[in-house]
Amino acid sequence: MSKTETNSTAGADGTTGADSTTGADGTSPLGADEAATGEATGAEAAAAEARAETAEAQAEARDTRELGDATSQLSTAPREESVIGGPTLSVVGWARWFWRQLTSMRIALILLFLLSLAAIPGSLIPQTSSDELKVQTFRDKHTVVSPFYDKLQLFHVYSSVWFSAIYILLFISLIGCIIPRTWQFVGQLRGRPPVAPKRLTRLPAYTTWRTNTEPEAAREAAVAMLRKRRFRVQATGDAVAAEKGYLRETGNLVFHIALIVMLVSFAWGQLFNSNGGKLVVEGDGFANTLTQYDDFKSGSLFDVNNLAPFSFHLDSFSASYETSGPEVGSARAFTAHVTYTAKPGDKPRRTVIELNKPLVVDGSKVYLISHGYAPSVTIKDGRGKTVFHGATPLLPIDSNLSSTGAIKVMDGYRDKNGKKEQLGIAAFFVPTYGQKTGQMFSQFPGLGFPVLNVGPFHGSLGVDSGLPQNVYQLDTSKMTQFKDSKGKQLKKTLLPGETLKLPGGAGSITMDKDIKQWASFQISHQPGSLSALFGACAAIIGLAGSLFIQRRRIWVRATRGTDGITVIEMAGLGRSESAKLPEELGDLAVTLNSEAPTAPEPDPHPAETVEGAEK
Amino acid sequence: MNLAAAATNESLAHTSNVLIYSSMAVYMLAFFAHTAEWLFGSRSKVARTAAALTGDAKGVSTANPVKVRVAKGGSTAVLDRPQIITRSASGSRDLPDGPGAHGGDEQGDLYGRVAVSLTVLAFAIEASGVLARALSVKRAPWANMYEFSITFSAVAVAVYLVMLVLKKNIRWIGLPLVATVLLALGLAVTVLYTASDQLVPALHSYWLWIHVSTAILCGAVFYVGAVATLLYLFRDRYESKLAAGLKPGAFATSVMERLPASATLDKFAYRINAAVFPLWTFTIIAGAIWAGDAWGKYWEWDPKETWSFITWVAYACYLHARATAGWKGRKAAYLALIAFGCWLFNYYGVNIFVTGKHSYAGV
Ligand code: HEM
Repeated sequence: MSKTETNSTAGADGTTGADSTTGADGTSPLGADEAATGEATGAEAAAAEARAETAEAQAEARDTRELGDATSQLSTAPREESVIGGPTLSVVGWARWFWRQLTSMRIALILLFLLSLAAIPGSLIPQTSSDELKVQTFRDKHTVVSPFYDKLQLFHVYSSVWFSAIYILLFISLIGCIIPRTWQFVGQLRGRPPVAPKRLTRLPAYTTWRTNTEPEAAREAAVAMLRKRRFRVQATGDAVAAEKGYLRETGNLVFHIALIVMLVSFAWGQLFNSNGGKLVVEGDGFANTLTQYDDFKSGSLFDVNNLAPFSFHLDSFSASYETSGPEVGSARAFTAHVTYTAKPGDKPRRTVIELNKPLVVDGSKVYLISHGYAPSVTIKDGRGKTVFHGATPLLPIDSNLSSTGAIKVMDGYRDKNGKKEQLGIAAFFVPTYGQKTGQMFSQFPGLGFPVLNVGPFHGSLGVDSGLPQNVYQLDTSKMTQFKDSKGKQLKKTLLPGETLKLPGGAGSITMDKDIKQWASFQISHQPGSLSALFGACAAIIGLAGSLFIQRRRIWVRATRGTDGITVIEMAGLGRSESAKLPEELGDLAVTLNSEAPTAPEPDPHPAETVEGAEK
Repeated sequence: MNLAAAATNESLAHTSNVLIYSSMAVYMLAFFAHTAEWLFGSRSKVARTAAALTGDAKGVSTANPVKVRVAKGGSTAVLDRPQIITRSASGSRDLPDGPGAHGGDEQGDLYGRVAVSLTVLAFAIEASGVLARALSVKRAPWANMYEFSITFSAVAVAVYLVMLVLKKNIRWIGLPLVATVLLALGLAVTVLYTASDQLVPALHSYWLWIHVSTAILCGAVFYVGAVATLLYLFRDRYESKLAAGLKPGAFATSVMERLPASATLDKFAYRINAAVFPLWTFTIIAGAIWAGDAWGKYWEWDPKETWSFITWVAYACYLHARATAGWKGRKAAYLALIAFGCWLFNYYGVNIFVTGKHSYAGV
């Protein structure tokens, strides 16, 4: 193939033939080369070869010029501008320049990239938001880097200034991008497909044939065909212009708007959420007021009076575990049976809460988080009076639920002389005691062979000092151990129903047969999650539209050639290169071809119809 | 506990292991057959790329038209069929695709076909292994990294085979695919093996089915896209060398000539990545919904969540880059590889190096 060869139909000069010299005539301005109607001589061809390089360089520029109209408004993507070379103007100029940069695709890209980079450290360094204990351990271990990390806010990356800065900039950029694009798109929706470019051969997909059908009839057939296929059609002059696939742009805008909806919902949720934990022993209950929570966190705009007035009662808790196999003891199911009241005065209802199945009540959700044992004990004082009877939740320390905690008798206790004191008992509970090993560690999380080890103290628990105290720990600084006969700390492992007599007639501790379980719940109120979900769905649908629908244009030109026979040309242009476009053009061409059948070739060179097509 | 049932499960789990090992053996054979395909293919001396480049493939007017023959019922008259001439955007190279690994060599082609047949067989065995595993534990087979690996590699092969069935030009990906599937399975049966067992309760949810199955599918498709991107980079370098008048080495020439043209590879990779991006978006959202049900919070920046997010943003970067002129080609391809790297890290790295809420049974 040589430079001067052409895609146009040989024999059909006229408009199509004009293309034949583009290679040689690369420099000629648009439209001026109509005069050179395909008479490329051998000499010209040689000259063209010589000028090939220049032609190539100019071809691109010319392409853009010639297709300028045809490609216009095929997308609402902003034109790329160079980042370098700022304005030399006023403050307004600078502001405009800055805004333009911020809303350019390049900056959007950079911000997106930064966002993904910025998210990384938070996944590698412990975060206070998820695990304060781990952060503390890390701080203790890495005393050198920790202060730096602190300065860089690396222990709370996702609420750090720099992370926020990136996504806020992205957010602004997004809005700055969407508004003009939406505006532009509305304009495009009201507009008409642009008229056919002069030379359809320039377009990515092209076909032509000659027919005996009249040009007007052919155009009408084309219009009807394109309309039927739901193209937006506009006939001007000798050509028909059609466009389809606006949903792509719609989808893209919907996607980006949905991102904003999601972001706003998250922010809203952050400001107005509330989140608290509560441990409930079987038989106890919870009412949703601030004082009932073990711990409570809320967004900065949350009003405590807005806590939904529901309450629930933990009737029973059941857990089942793998009883054989390599993962013996792994939990298989947890179920909390509760009775709840949505509002004071409402009828109580029974339901179950499981992992993955929170109770949803009045806009709040109650999640089952963890569970453990609360062995019940009865404590009598020196005078034989029962001063404590109840279940005390203990915290599990291993996967088989060996649990520790403290049983505290705040008031009512008097020693045998009648002196008021407080009792504190260090408790260690094992649901399945290993008789063979004799170790005080549980062999299985279920209640196989429960034992309770108690180590009693007396004195002051220190709860009156006003300092917050961990309910699961015993502060023994103002307490005295009870001693056994050898003068050592008294400790005794009790079986259910067994009693430990405190020395010197100080009373007794009985492990009750009734061993309760506790469950801890997280009660959260997370506004905005519905709109976030809505945004997410819209984002997916919009994205699918944006990525799967091709916006494309089809032009059909029908003109009478010099020999009186009609020449039909069809061409297609997509927003991006796609294999589907030529296919669709082919389908359309076949359909139109059946309306305007190919005329017999008068020319003795039928094979030349498409000269460049031998590949 | 029903002991008979337990025994069946044990034997099913055992059957599964045997099947997985057998599939590895067959994949190995497929690997050898593909290697033979490439070796025999190297006999044919195709150098179409250079010819196309040094010939007259430059410039605009010669934009290498490709005829798209449009079938029309019954009629065979040539004149009846409009021929569609396609023309690439200016500036891009217009080169013919390579003939595939066999390079037009008949024996090579035969070995290639054998390799594909073996891959089908290996896939069938692997898939039944996965199924047996699922039956032995009576749940979806993806609760630990071992199960995830065998399921993931089976799905990757399935994606490849489906594309073959759809007559997509994709056989060139056979060798790297089979090689990495072997690698993944090897890792799975040695390092990651976990005896079959039940799920911890937090994993009991139908969102698990949705979330993990789409995650596996996305990973498999991203993986195919990444291989194509990698090959694109090689092939593009090769083409640029030729275009610059240099002569690449004999080995490079032999291999690269048989691959599709860089433009084809690039388009293929883009299409594949773009096609699964919405599904990946959905996967993350499904995960968030599940997390919301299981842990009471939709998003906690748990390492797995974080890396899914990073992967998502990285792919969004890539798509943006493609949508923006000037970032097509190599630069965008690097982004695609980075994005896939994030995905890989999310799958292997996070499970092994970082502990979070997602670390459950086994590794
Ligand atoms: C929050 C982060 C963003 C994400 C995750 C995102 C994601 C995407 C995706 C997946 C596409 C589809 C690409 C395609 O059609 O091939 C897209 C297109 C696009 N995005 Fe974004 N985007 C984000 C922010 C932005 C911002 C800030 C801008 C404006 C500066 C922007 C402007 C565009 C434009 C103009 C297109 C369409 C280009 C076209 O018509 O093909 N995006 N975006």
